Amino acid sequence: MPTFLLLTVLTAVRILGRNRLRTGLTMLGIVIGVGAVIAMVSIGEGAKAAVAERVASIGTNVILILPGAVATGGVRGGQGGAVTLTTADAAELKKRVPLLRETGWARRDVMQIVHGNKNWNGTVNGISPSYLTIRGWSFTGGGPFTQQDLDAAARVAVLGQTAVDNLFEPGEEPIGSIIRINHVPFRVIGTLALKGQSAQGMDQDDVIFIPFSTAERKVFGTRFLGSVGALFASTERPEDLVPAVAQIREVLRQRHRLQPDQDDDFFIRTQVDIGKVHEDTSETLTIMLFSIASVSLLVGGIGIMNILLVSVTERTKEIGVRMAVGATRRHILIQFLVEAMTLSVLGGCLGILVGILGARATTVVAGWPTIISPETVIAAFVFSVAVGLFFGLYPANKAAWMNPIDALRFE
Amino acid sequence: MTALISCEDLWKIYRLGDVEVQALRGVDLLIEEGEFVAIMGASGSGKSTLMNILGCLDRPTKGCYRLQGVDVGGLRADQLAEIRNRRIGFVFQNFNLIPRTSALENVQLPLFYRGLPLRQQRALAAEALARVGLQGRENHYPSQLSGGQQQRVAIARALVASPSLLLADEPTGNLDTQSSLEIMAILDGLNKKQGITIVLVTHETDIAAYAEREVVMKDGRILTDRKTPSGASALSVEA
Ligand SMILES: Nc1ncnc2c1ncn2[C@@H]1O[C@H](COP(=O)(O)OP(=O)(O)O)[C@@H](O)[C@H]1O
Ligand SMILES: [Mg+2]
Repeated sequence: MPTFLLLTVLTAVRILGRNRLRTGLTMLGIVIGVGAVIAMVSIGEGAKAAVAERVASIGTNVILILPGAVATGGVRGGQGGAVTLTTADAAELKKRVPLLRETGWARRDVMQIVHGNKNWNGTVNGISPSYLTIRGWSFTGGGPFTQQDLDAAARVAVLGQTAVDNLFEPGEEPIGSIIRINHVPFRVIGTLALKGQSAQGMDQDDVIFIPFSTAERKVFGTRFLGSVGALFASTERPEDLVPAVAQIREVLRQRHRLQPDQDDDFFIRTQVDIGKVHEDTSETLTIMLFSIASVSLLVGGIGIMNILLVSVTERTKEIGVRMAVGATRRHILIQFLVEAMTLSVLGGCLGILVGILGARATTVVAGWPTIISPETVIAAFVFSVAVGLFFGLYPANKAAWMNPIDALRFE
Repeated sequence: MTALISCEDLWKIYRLGDVEVQALRGVDLLIEEGEFVAIMGASGSGKSTLMNILGCLDRPTKGCYRLQGVDVGGLRADQLAEIRNRRIGFVFQNFNLIPRTSALENVQLPLFYRGLPLRQQRALAAEALARVGLQGRENHYPSQLSGGQQQRVAIARALVASPSLLLADEPTGNLDTQSSLEIMAILDGLNKKQGITIVLVTHETDIAAYAEREVVMKDGRILTDRKTPSGASALSVEA
C-alpha cells in the first residue's frame, strides 16, 4: 500500500503537470480563497494585537469613575460636568471597599506652558501621587512627587514625552529645570516613558502631572475645593473588578444620597467594558472571515469537482484498462481522490504563500500591523485537504463504480 | 484434472430500450490447461462478448462460468479484479495502452496493483518487455511506437503477471501482415514454450492456423469446434 500511494501521488502530480493551464485555473479558486483568508486573518490579528496592547497600556485592573449622569449612549462630555466626585469620595472608597488596592484622582485642563523661549499648550493633570502607579506610568528620569508634595501644594511637575519634546531642545536635561504653567513656576522632577496613542487615537504622552492640591489652588482655580475630574482605583486581581465596581457604586450612591429611583450621578468604566467592545468586533470579524472562507473554498471545491468530472469522462477508457489489469474500485477511488487532493493542497499552499505576501504588502504599503500565526496556516492547509477530499469524492466514486467492460468500450 | 475454462449454457442478453439483443445464446465450452484455441466467426456473432466474460470483465446474463473450478458468478467485484490481476492476461485489438505513459510503466501496471515494491515492478516489467523483443524501448510513449510494437507492449503487460490464461481479441486486427506474423510468433512461443493457455479471436484463417483447435461461432452459438490437423508450426515463419 505505501508503494501504491506514493506512486499514485507521483502519477497525479505528473498528470496535473501535463495540463498546466487547466491545473492552474482549477486551483485558482482555492488559491484566491485561502490567500484572502490568510491575508485578512493576519490583518485582523495584527489589529487585535495592537488594540490589546493599547488596552493594556491603560494600566491593568483599573476602574475609572467619572462624574455626571450617564448620557445617551454612555458617553459623557469633558471635565466641566457637574461637581459630583470629590477627593472625599476617594477617601471613603479607600476605607469601605477593601478590594481596592489603590485609589487616586485627577483633574485636567489644557494650559499654556512656557520654558525659555518655548511656548506650548499642553494637558495639565492635577493628580494624587497614586495616580501614576494605577495608570502604570514609568519614569525615564527623576521620580514621582510624594504625599508631602501634595500636602504642601509643592510646585513640582512630571512631564510626558510629548511635553518634553515641545518644551526642551533635543539633548537638553529637563530634570531640575523651571517651567511656567499659567505663569506659575514649577520645577521638573521627573520624565515619563513613552506610552504612544490610546485606543481612541489620542496622544497619551501629551501630559504634565502636578500635585492635585497645587493644581486646584494655584493653577486651575476652582469653584468647589476637592472636586475632581475623575477617580481612579485599582484592584489586586482582574477577577476582583466586577465585585469592586458593585461595591463602589453602592458606596457612592449612599454618599451622594441617591434615592432608589434616581440614576447614578457618576459613571464607572473598567477594562472589562473596553475589552468587551473588542470582543464583539473581533467576533463580527471572525464571522465575516468565516463566510468569505466558506464561499471561496466552496467555489474552489466546485471548480475541482468540475474539472475532475471532466477528467473522469475523458479517461474512461484508461479506467477500463486499469480495471482490466486488476485495479479494484478502491484503487480507482484513491487515484482520483489523490488527484483532487493534490490539486487542492497545491492550491492551498500557493494560497498560503499569496496570503503571506499579501499581508506583508499590506504592512509595507498601508502600514497596518499583521500577524501570521502558525494556527492560521495549519488551519488553511487542513481546510484545503478537506476541500479536496470532499469535492473529489463524487467524481472519484463515479470513476470507481464504472463497469469494467463499459469503461473499456467507451469511445 | 478440472478444465481451466468450463462454460455451461452461457447467455448474454443486451436490452436497448424495447430491442433485445441476444449476443450469446447458450454457449458450452471446455478448455484445458495449455490449449491454444482460435475462435472465429462473422462479425457480431458474439466472439467478443464471450471473451469479455471469459476475462471476468463482464458477467453472463445466465449460465455458469468456472475458471479453474471456481464459479466466477458468485465472486465480488474486488475478487474478480484479483483474478484479472493474477490469472488472466488480456490483449485487445486496439492495444489499450495508457497514453503518455512509458512502455515500462504500462507493463508495470498489473504489478503496481498487486502492490509489489517499485524495484521489483521495474525489473519484472523490463524482463517482460525483453521477452517481446522491446528492450531499449522502455521509456518510449505509446505514441512513439509502431502498431506492432504497441501490441507487443500490450502482450508484455498481459504476461508480466505470469497468468495461466491469455485472452487475445483480434490482436492482429489493426496490424500489417509483417507485424501480425511477429505477434503470432510471440503468442505461439508463449503457448509452446511456457504452456500458457491462449484463447484467440480472429477473422483470418492463416492466423487461426496457429491454434490447435478452432471454434466457430454463429449468432451467439458455437457452430463447430474441432482440432486443426497440423497446428501452426508448419506455417510459422522464421523470426
Ligand atoms: N454493450 C452492448 N450493448 C448492446 N449490444 C451489444 C453490446 N455489445 C455487443 N452487443 C451486440 O452483441 C452482438 C455480439 O457482439 P460481439 O460479441 O461484439 O460480436 P463479435 O465480437 O463477434 O463481432 C452484436 O449484435 C452486438 O451488436
Ligand atoms: Mg469483436
